[in-house]
Formats: sequence, structure tokens, C-alpha cells
Amino acid sequence: MSWAEIIRTGLEAVRSHRLRSGLTMLGILIGVAAVILTVWLGEGAQDKVRGQINALGSNLLIVAPGSTTTNGVRGGFGSASTLTRADADALTSHVVAPDIRAVAPTTSRSAALTAGSSSWTASVVGTMPGWLSVRARAIGTGRFISGEDVADHAAVTVLAATTAEELFGARDPVGQSVTVSGVPMTVIGTLTAAGSSASTNEDGQAIVPITTAADRITGGASRDSVQNIYLEATSGHTLSAAYREADYELLARHRITTPTAADFSITSQQSILSTATSVDRTLTVLLAGVAGISLLVGGIGVMNIMLVSVTERIREIGLRKALGASPRVIRRQFLVEASVLGLAGGLLGTALGLAGAAILPSLISDPISISPTATVGSIVIAVAIGVVFGVYPATRAARLAPIEALRSD
Amino acid sequence: MTPTDSTSTEPTPNDSTPNEAGAGASATVIELTDVRKTYRSGLFKVAALRGVGLSIEEGEYVAITGPSGSGKSTLMHILGCLDVPTSGLYRLAGEDVGGMSEDQLAEVRNRRIGFVFQQFNLLPSMTAWRNVELPLCYAGGPRAQRRQRAIDALADVGLADRVEHRPAELSDGQQQRVAVARALVTNPSLILTDGPTGNLDSASTADVLGLFRRLHDVGRTIVLITHEAEVAAAADRVLQVRDGVVTADSGPAAALRTVRT
Repeated sequence: MSWAEIIRTGLEAVRSHRLRSGLTMLGILIGVAAVILTVWLGEGAQDKVRGQINALGSNLLIVAPGSTTTNGVRGGFGSASTLTRADADALTSHVVAPDIRAVAPTTSRSAALTAGSSSWTASVVGTMPGWLSVRARAIGTGRFISGEDVADHAAVTVLAATTAEELFGARDPVGQSVTVSGVPMTVIGTLTAAGSSASTNEDGQAIVPITTAADRITGGASRDSVQNIYLEATSGHTLSAAYREADYELLARHRITTPTAADFSITSQQSILSTATSVDRTLTVLLAGVAGISLLVGGIGVMNIMLVSVTERIREIGLRKALGASPRVIRRQFLVEASVLGLAGGLLGTALGLAGAAILPSLISDPISISPTATVGSIVIAVAIGVVFGVYPATRAARLAPIEALRSD
Repeated sequence: MTPTDSTSTEPTPNDSTPNEAGAGASATVIELTDVRKTYRSGLFKVAALRGVGLSIEEGEYVAITGPSGSGKSTLMHILGCLDVPTSGLYRLAGEDVGGMSEDQLAEVRNRRIGFVFQQFNLLPSMTAWRNVELPLCYAGGPRAQRRQRAIDALADVGLADRVEHRPAELSDGQQQRVAVARALVTNPSLILTDGPTGNLDSASTADVLGLFRRLHDVGRTIVLITHEAEVAAAADRVLQVRDGVVTADSGPAAALRTVRT
């Protein structure tokens, strides 16, 4: 008997027991839908985190001030701002750090901006021209802060998209005047929208020269200190070289001999990314595992129903054997039935998963990422489950002695 | 007790009988020599057949009869290659069936034997012609040809107009005719039927027995197993089985009628 014939017979058997086949498929269907939805949700969450972190800029290293050690007593992180503009300047040297393309020291504080009758509380970032490239942002209108602006302590500002809209609405802010913490400044440009996330609002910023910020907005005793130094490596491959160069130079500048006693820390975007996504991945694996158990239960359902089916169809099996079906053909027929149930369950489960993917994101406000790998994988697993759990019932059917089978009434 | 009269029947080549192995050599369809069958039932051994020897020639119409427990069902199973003897020799159309594997037995059943059962054993989800086609599916062959052969076989039993009916839409007598068509469709060496009229009323019984008679008249070899004397009387030769042995044999004389088409 040819495979085509066996498959036709198997399909007929599945079709002639619609209710039972449907219920059996239901187990697989729910399992597959649960698995793929979990994986899709997990991948969606990972994509979201990845997107947020990539929005920080590309090939990014972030130097943060660390703890200081005074008289052998180590202070906590942030006990003093140990990074200065001079540190940042040193890293701009292509001799000292050939793998660093751009450097942007930043200070930031929240301040009230007013323009005419509008006011808006923005995160005022004091920085240098390199910031635009390092943070992967783009100019919408006008221009960005120049080196002269920084040198001149110029009272100029570049507004991020939301800030510009809040203060000026649809009008072009370039050339307009805005008051930042009581200091009148001229708007020289705007930034395009970068998108906001739960943790940061990149579009609610106002950028000023770092010198201006130190003089007139941040104030305080240490006008040279900065909150962070953002570094952009020349490429993804030179990221670790850039990391070493920055680390070496800063240790030397701070006269620290043991690297573990460093009063600063350097993190890469990659390390933030992997930390953030590994948490998500762990959760996804855990949930997919739970969903996988339901798939397993579905498989046991297939086996159960196939065993019932074999018992119920003893007479048919006996007849088929009497008419010339070899044990091999009988086994194949039942295996095909089981895998048809698995395949149908897998396909319907995927359909249910797609329906869920269409509805769920609006209910739980989480993104979903439909991955073809997870989908195809689930269908393959569903068929495999049908086959694996069909082997035992099929073998039982194949082993039935024809006279026993025909005798049963 | 072991009537062997094979010399008196000339080996007639017959195109309608797919008797490749035996063609030209012998026209003996069934040859049993001292066949024994012992079942193990718990601690006890039950001897169902205790040395059966018989020979059935091509074209014979034989009834095997006996009370229940006589061993006639066991004999039917062995004749039908559904079971193998514990000892003894069984040659079906010249082929030694003893020692064949499950797969080989399946093939022998498919090619050599057409079964007609008491309970019809039609698959309810399939139409008449699909039921008749079933043995051809296991034999292989192009679909169109299988369908044509199934329809021809149904025409042979007078059901040309019931080809697309399902078993539930047919009367008992018609269902048994479908079963007979299914037994005929592979053109087997032997039609083996176990109580074919057991579930039929007298009109349908006469109908089916008439059908067997017609098949016999065109040269089919038929072995009919029954416990009803009147059904057995329809055959040309009657074998009595009792306590696992053949106790009476009306002889193969009737088979000598050389009715050929």
C-alpha cells in the first residue's frame, strides 16, 4: 500500500470521527497556542528592551562617576562626582584613544522653561557638540551646539521635539527666546523625535552648552565636574578597544594603580542590553516551559484517544488484516492518524495564536513579536508529539492477531 | 478420512483464476496433511484440531459443518491463513503456508483468499465500491483501475446500481452481496465464508446461497463453514468436523463436474 493511500485512509478515519478527532486536536491546539503566544510575547518584550537601549546610541560606552576612596575608606557610588570636563577632553585625543570617535560629557538637571505664556519642565542637558552623534540624534531645524558656543559660554539652546512643541506649538522656535531657570536663551535648533519609553523621555529635553549649564543652571562648587561621559567607539568591533583606552587613560589621570579601586565605571550598551534581555529570556523560557507542559498533556491526550480508537476499531483492524493489510501498513495507518491530529492541532493552534497576537497587545499593552521560527517549531513539535504518542497505540493495533480482532463482537 | 483424489482432476489452465504458483502443476487449492492446532488456555492445553487431512480441488463447492466447539472455526482460521497450525502441513494453491512471516501471510490472504463473514464487516464510512476496493488498495495498482474492478465486481453480484451507497443504506442481503463482491474482486484462488447466512432472513439466505451457486458454476472454489444443515446442503461436498477431526466427507465426486466457462 502506497504512502498516498495510507495518508488518504488516515485522513478518512480522522474525518469519520469528527467529534473525537476535534477533542483530541483541542489538547494540541491549546498547547501550541500557549507555547507560541508565550514565545511571541517574550520576544516582543525583548525587542522592546533592545529598541530602548539601542535608542541610546550606537557603539556606546557610558562612563559614570564611581566611589571615591578617602584615607582608605571607600565611599558609596556617587559620593562625589569624580569625572571632569578635563577627563572628557583627554579622551577626545586620537593619540590617547584612537578607537573613540566622539565624546560627550553631560550634566543634566530638571528646570523650568518659559516662552511667552507657555512653560514646560524639561531635562536640561549640558553637553558638547559630540553629543548629537554619540546619542544618535538628529537635528530637525536650525543647528546643534558648536564648539564656539561651548567656548563662549553662549546662552543658546537646542530643544527636543516635545519641548519645542510644548513651548512653541506649531511655530518655528529657531531664533525665538526662551527662559531656562530664569536665564534668557536663544533657540538655535530643534531635534527630531527619538521616541520615549517608560524610563526616559528623550524628547522632553533641552540641550545647552556644557559651560553655560555649569555657569548658570547647575551651578555649585565643582563647575568642572560632569555627570556622565558618553563615548562612541569607531565601530562595533572596536568597542572593547575603546573601553580599554578609556579605562587606561582615566585610571592614569586619576592616579589609580589598582583597577579595582577605580573611582568610575564604564558600561557598554551591550552589557546593559544583555542584562536586560537575559531577565526577559529567563521569564520566557519559564513560561514556555509551562506552556510546553500543556503541549505534553495534549500529546498524552492523543495517545489516550488513539488507544481508545484502536480498541474500538479492533474489528476494522481485523478486517483490514484479513483483506491483506500487513502489520506495517496497519501501524503506518495509525501513525498517520496520530500525526494528522498533531498537524491539524498545530495549524489550528497557530491560527489561535495569531488571533491572540492580534487581540492581546491591545489588552495588556505589551508588544508581541510574531517569530516564524517559534511558529514553525511549534507545528513541527505538534506533529512530532502526534507521532511519538501514536507509536504505542499503532504498534498495539499492528500486533493484534486478526482472529482475535475479528472475533470481538 | 483423507480423501485424496487429485489425480482424477486434470489441471485445467484457467485464465480467470490467478493461480500462478499452482498453474500447470496442480489444481489442488487446499491440501492439509495431519494439521494440528493446540491452544494454551491458562494452564491447560486445548487441542482444537487433532490431525486434519483434507484436499480441495479447484472449482469445488465444499461445506464444512459441525457443532460449536468442534474445531471448524479453528479450521476456518487456518484455511484462511489467519492462524498457523501448531504442526502439520498446509499448502494453499501449491504454496506451503507454514513458516510464513506475518507480512507474507498478509500477502497470501490478499491474493489467494476472499473472505465473506457472518457480520458482513463492511466499513460504515465507506461507499459500497470503496469497501469492495479495499483489498485492491492493499495489493496496489492505479486508482482508476481499482475503481473499475470494484464496480465490475459489484455488477457481478447484481449491485451495479448501488455503487455509491453506504452500508447503512443497503439491506442485510445487499450488504452481504457487497461483502461477496469484495471477496471476488481480487480474483482469489479460494472464497472462504464463515456462516454467511447467519445474520440473514430466509429470503436473503436463498439469495446469497444462489449467488454462491452461480459463482461455483463459473468455476470458483468455495469453502463454506456453517452449523446449519440446510445451508451445508447447498454445497456439493460436505465435510463433518467433530472434536478436532474430520468425521465424515461426502467425497469430492461433485467436483469432477467440469463446469467451465
